[in-house]
Amino acid sequence: MARTPITMSRMTARIPRHLLLATGLSFAALGAALADDAIRRTDLSPKDLKRVETVTNPTRDFSKAEPFERMQGGAATSTQPVNGDAFSHFSSNITFSEEETFKLGNALFRKFWVSSPSSTQASDGLGPLFNARACQSCHLKDGRGHPPEGAADSTSMFLRLARPARTEDERQVIAELKTANFPDPTYGGQLQDLAVPGLAAEGRMVITYTEEPVTLAGGETVSLRRPHYSVADLAYGPLAPDTTLSPRIATPMIGMGLIQAITDADILARADPEDRDGDGISGRGARARDHRTGELKLGRFGWKAQNASVRDQSSSAFKGDIGISTPDAPHPFGDCTEAEAKCLAMPTGVQKRLGDTEAPDPVLDLVTFYSENLAPPARRGIDDPAVLKGKSIFYASGCVACHAPKFVTSRKAENKAHRFQLIWPYSDFLLHDMGEGLADGQEVGDASGREWRTQPLWGIGLTERVNGHTFFLHDGRARNLTEAILWHGGEAQAARDTFTGLAVDDRKALIAFLESL
Amino acid sequence: MSRKSILGASFALLIASASFMAGPAAAATDAAAVLNHYAALAHAKYEDSLNTAKALDAAIDALIATPSDETLKAARAAWIKARVPYQQSEVYRFGNAVVDDWEGKVNAWPLDEGLIDYVDASYGTESDENALFVANVIANPKLKINGKDVDATKITPEFLSETLHEAGEIEANVATGYHAIEFLLWGQDLNGTGPGAGNRAYTDFDTKNCTNGHCDRRAAYLKAASTLLVSDLQEMVTAWAPDGEATKTVTADPKAGISAILTGMGSLSYGELAGERMKLGVLLHDPEEEHDCFSDNTHASHLNDAVGIASAYTGEYTRADGTKMTGPSLSELVAAKDAALDAEMKAKLAKTLDAMNAMAKRAETVEAYDQMIGEGNAEGNATVQAAIDGLIDQTKTIERVIASLDLGTIELEGSDSLDNPNAVFQ
Repeated sequence: MARTPITMSRMTARIPRHLLLATGLSFAALGAALADDAIRRTDLSPKDLKRVETVTNPTRDFSKAEPFERMQGGAATSTQPVNGDAFSHFSSNITFSEEETFKLGNALFRKFWVSSPSSTQASDGLGPLFNARACQSCHLKDGRGHPPEGAADSTSMFLRLARPARTEDERQVIAELKTANFPDPTYGGQLQDLAVPGLAAEGRMVITYTEEPVTLAGGETVSLRRPHYSVADLAYGPLAPDTTLSPRIATPMIGMGLIQAITDADILARADPEDRDGDGISGRGARARDHRTGELKLGRFGWKAQNASVRDQSSSAFKGDIGISTPDAPHPFGDCTEAEAKCLAMPTGVQKRLGDTEAPDPVLDLVTFYSENLAPPARRGIDDPAVLKGKSIFYASGCVACHAPKFVTSRKAENKAHRFQLIWPYSDFLLHDMGEGLADGQEVGDASGREWRTQPLWGIGLTERVNGHTFFLHDGRARNLTEAILWHGGEAQAARDTFTGLAVDDRKALIAFLESL
Repeated sequence: MSRKSILGASFALLIASASFMAGPAAAATDAAAVLNHYAALAHAKYEDSLNTAKALDAAIDALIATPSDETLKAARAAWIKARVPYQQSEVYRFGNAVVDDWEGKVNAWPLDEGLIDYVDASYGTESDENALFVANVIANPKLKINGKDVDATKITPEFLSETLHEAGEIEANVATGYHAIEFLLWGQDLNGTGPGAGNRAYTDFDTKNCTNGHCDRRAAYLKAASTLLVSDLQEMVTAWAPDGEATKTVTADPKAGISAILTGMGSLSYGELAGERMKLGVLLHDPEEEHDCFSDNTHASHLNDAVGIASAYTGEYTRADGTKMTGPSLSELVAAKDAALDAEMKAKLAKTLDAMNAMAKRAETVEAYDQMIGEGNAEGNATVQAAIDGLIDQTKTIERVIASLDLGTIELEGSDSLDNPNAVFQ
């Protein structure tokens, strides 16, 4: 293995020897505590452990809904009326005082940051290069972003830039995860298509599509649009020749605190990097560095599982997307590089008397809490015969091998509202090879250019209701759920092929199930 | 609904409360009477909101027909008056799904005013994912939303509510409600944390002597927004009629209904008002973090929210015409169980109101709310902080009330029963 992920054979009680060898260095760095927690749950009594095993066993009964199934985020689930705000409610089980923290976070989440200098000194520091002025600009209605449509369009998508390791030394740096990858020497880690007044934006993402027909059983033809990415109007010279472009849309914000509260052991128990059970599906845990401590942890957020916590995901976004420095990512120039001297010469929004960063404490704490407590919505129609039929097909087709239905969160979760909840995210939070069709060719830490983290599916059926579109996958190339399924390749090829062979009614039932999530 | 039928409803309540007061009625009966009165107060508050909004709509008609300093002033005064009952009704949010589902149409905030009309150059034109940031619908009969051409030739209530409101799924694209009207009546407040509110001239609506262009479209926008406000408020008056959906829902299950009252009180006190609307402004010292930022009426909005919170507990409400309503109250329900706790709750609500009144008085006599939250204004900051502290402190007692009435378990944990679709694993 070229890289050294945290891995665990399925159902083993101790770290297998070959893994100790392969990951020796990283495990030493992880420390004993995580290694222990990575093997088995240490938060439960034997009795609770038994209950958890029973309740998380995949169902075999598709004649009726399972107990607790409607409340897919456990007690945090929102049962508010289904409307455009369906992803914007706070966890139902937080206290009044936590509601305040949530709302302050919400206000900051939608706050438009302004360029420096400005009369509102606590709100300035935008950029100098940026993709968005507010979190909410991309996480529209706390939901899913989309690719541009038409010329004068609002967008919630950008290109990540990185080049692979060029030397053995650089390969070692990534193996030890001292960095996740190498940014473009001129344009940095992502292409900012906007800049403050007086500074040129870096360039413009250009997408063209070619249509490719796929025929399904029964003769139905679906056209998939294959995207091609390039950059126009580069303002600071060429990109490095080996820089790759990885398009990313903003992901939905729901249920992230609950995902954070899943134990490492439960996620790693599903990893099978050598495919020992021969089902064609491996699944690897991604390592990520904690931004504050530098510790190695299990990555679970972002398209490549590149961040271990919601807080790290948030500070990365503040820095790269908005150009706002926080105590965890204290660079006020955002993603400006040495090669962008004019960018580094712009004023910053740091006001010493307010703190050392543009968004000093408690901004990041508040936004993090907000992001951890957007409630998954209650499911709809769980008893509908078509939904139940679709559910049985979802299981029988092998989708659940990666889109793992349920977990019970840790009793030791930091926030009480996230503790010991039965949740239904439909993801294993592991990295999977998704085939050449979806590959972006960009390595991020342990993730290869063909690997992606399994996306949680909860809430997916409300995408149209909340965001007015049904664009799915990392770059929104799929225009509906059917196209999204058909793009699956690599480890998911068999499940995808099963889908194309289904009778029309069965395909419809599967989609009905997904729309009930 | 006419005043007469309101009296009818109150009469019915008297009967209900009589039996509640007289007999050894079960606790469920008491709660039912409290809930009926709670619903009657909601109806009265929304009806007052509706009537004052109709007066505002009429004042806007007059402004458009004969633009002058006087008619503009009269419209502004009508807007300020209309805010009083509406803010007192806000305590019905957060526990009543019917209200939550609807509220964004009338009181969404903050708004990107550049979507609606011209803005000062200092507003910035930095484009963003919010491509409608400076769309200026009033000046542009054709615009693009999500890459699609939109025809805004006719500014109608339907166009505002169906097409423009939250366009592009961006919440700051607030096109309707009190704050859109406020912006059109006052204009931007360009004074930062210095004195002064928005200062739009009446000639912005004068088609014969038009300033800033497109006066006909600006007038059309204003009229469409006020028409919409009236019809939206009518919806709530209907919902809180004795046989309305909101009334039926909140009175269906006494325990859940009482829980809804307290959830509304606690959520509005702490997270919404103390937190999002007040603490953030003090934290950032940002004059944009002001609820009624164009009119400098924030102090009154906050005060009336607090009045509404107390009203939900005491069952008392003074109507727009001065009529006082009283009836079976949550206070009585708590007193029957724990008189000391009831006294504590009332004392804390009163303390918050004192702090809110002091803040409002300062706003009327010394400096506006956005000046109070300015950086370095220790006395102003402290005045606002005292009201925040009161709200937070009263929520602690609200939590004790919830515990004392044994309501906490219903919503939060559910039961293990498989018949209950809301059950969660425990």
